[in-house]
Amino acid sequence: MKINLKVWRQKNNNTPGKLVEYHLDNVSEDMSFLEMFDVLNDSLTRKGEDPVTFDHDCREGICGMCSMYINGRAHGPQTGATTCQLHMRSFNDGDTIVVEPWRARSFPVIKDLMVDRSAFDRIIQSGGYVSVNTGSARDANEILVPRTIADEAMDAAACIGCGACVAACKNASAMLFVSAKVSQLAILPQGHSEHKERAERMVAQMDAEGFGACSFTGACSVECPKSISLDHIARMNREYLGAKLSSDNVQG
Amino acid sequence: MAWVTQTLSSSLGRKVIMSLTGLFLSTFLIVHMAGNLQLFKGDGGRAFNEYTYFMTHNPVIMTVSYLLYTSILVHALMAFVLTRHNQASRPVKYAYSKPEANSDWSSRNMGILGTILLLFIIIHMRTFWYEMHFGSVPMAEYDGKQYKDLYAVVQVAFGEWWYVLLYVICMGALGYHLAHGFQSGFQSLGVRHKKYTPLIEALGKYFFAIIIPLAFAAMPIYVFLQVHHII
Repeated sequence: MKINLKVWRQKNNNTPGKLVEYHLDNVSEDMSFLEMFDVLNDSLTRKGEDPVTFDHDCREGICGMCSMYINGRAHGPQTGATTCQLHMRSFNDGDTIVVEPWRARSFPVIKDLMVDRSAFDRIIQSGGYVSVNTGSARDANEILVPRTIADEAMDAAACIGCGACVAACKNASAMLFVSAKVSQLAILPQGHSEHKERAERMVAQMDAEGFGACSFTGACSVECPKSISLDHIARMNREYLGAKLSSDNVQG
Repeated sequence: MAWVTQTLSSSLGRKVIMSLTGLFLSTFLIVHMAGNLQLFKGDGGRAFNEYTYFMTHNPVIMTVSYLLYTSILVHALMAFVLTRHNQASRPVKYAYSKPEANSDWSSRNMGILGTILLLFIIIHMRTFWYEMHFGSVPMAEYDGKQYKDLYAVVQVAFGEWWYVLLYVICMGALGYHLAHGFQSGFQSLGVRHKKYTPLIEALGKYFFAIIIPLAFAAMPIYVFLQVHHII
């Protein structure tokens, strides 16, 4: 396949970037999108040029590192898949493909297609956990969880924190990410005891990071590689309002 | 009270304000539409003028009307604040984006639709509400009692084709605004349930987005046709 690429090149967050064109002649349709970039980088390196910086790790669709905005969509034209699981057979010979980084104030560009997603880490640190005493592991069946609840929590826990929701949202809102975590822990008995503080703290941190508000366009859920449902956003709204109205936290 | 201001200024709290004011305005539309159906009565405006008298003299209605004006202002101002905040959340735009692949047009353009509706409300209130309260409206007499003849004002306004066209276009904007806004308002409040969400969505999509705007758009068209003796 012949592929024309327009790739966002940006030296660092203080320098303005621009789209640069590259042409690849021998792209196999069995290559993953990232392998196609490996080929591009190999040729750039041989020519003594700076290779394109992009995030990647497991290349199995489960780590949440890859983060490319391809032809106007987060993780490209495929639904329910990350960039590493996108293959060149999804494109046609001679296609022009525009590749940009996630764009959000809270995700500053580090270089080229790599962005700093540590805002997500700080949101998780603010409450996306269960406080437990360390010690020996408890018996697996000590806490009974109905199957339907376990499944729903698992669907939320499938979030890999890639940030496609933020990238796809017209408001660069992180609601799907935050709500997946709030929801997952709130419906399980282990997480329920801290559900009020968690909702309050995680939403406060989300706002502090500068993400936008939710317009319920549903774009996040469509572009989410794990197809996380909007149900979780509604649940987080419920959790947050309930917590604000009933928690002991008077200071806000 | 720090928790109250903190809640209402959070991104979720702001959406709750949008939701509550928006849903209240939606319920107002039902009352406004039902009342204005008097225009179709074909009695020379008597039913309409009597209804207008009731709406401007009943203390409960008058109290609710202030809540209504406040809701319009808060809804618009909060939308402005949210839009500015949301735009700031993405300072560098995508060079190439295909949002139509993942979301409805109306859901992405609530601000534009809302701005059209705000301008419409200003024009609409200037034409009827302002004239009724502060302007000079001719009087009509029914059974020896004097009524402000707002029906005559309606006939003059809707006698102009461009004014009718403006109303019809704005009702289109209303339809798209409510197609997303009504069901979305419930999501902001956390109301989402397997049993009730499909009903809320259907109510928003068919009743609020189609029937209500169509009924409102039919009023200027009907009066126009009547004034010009076409029907």
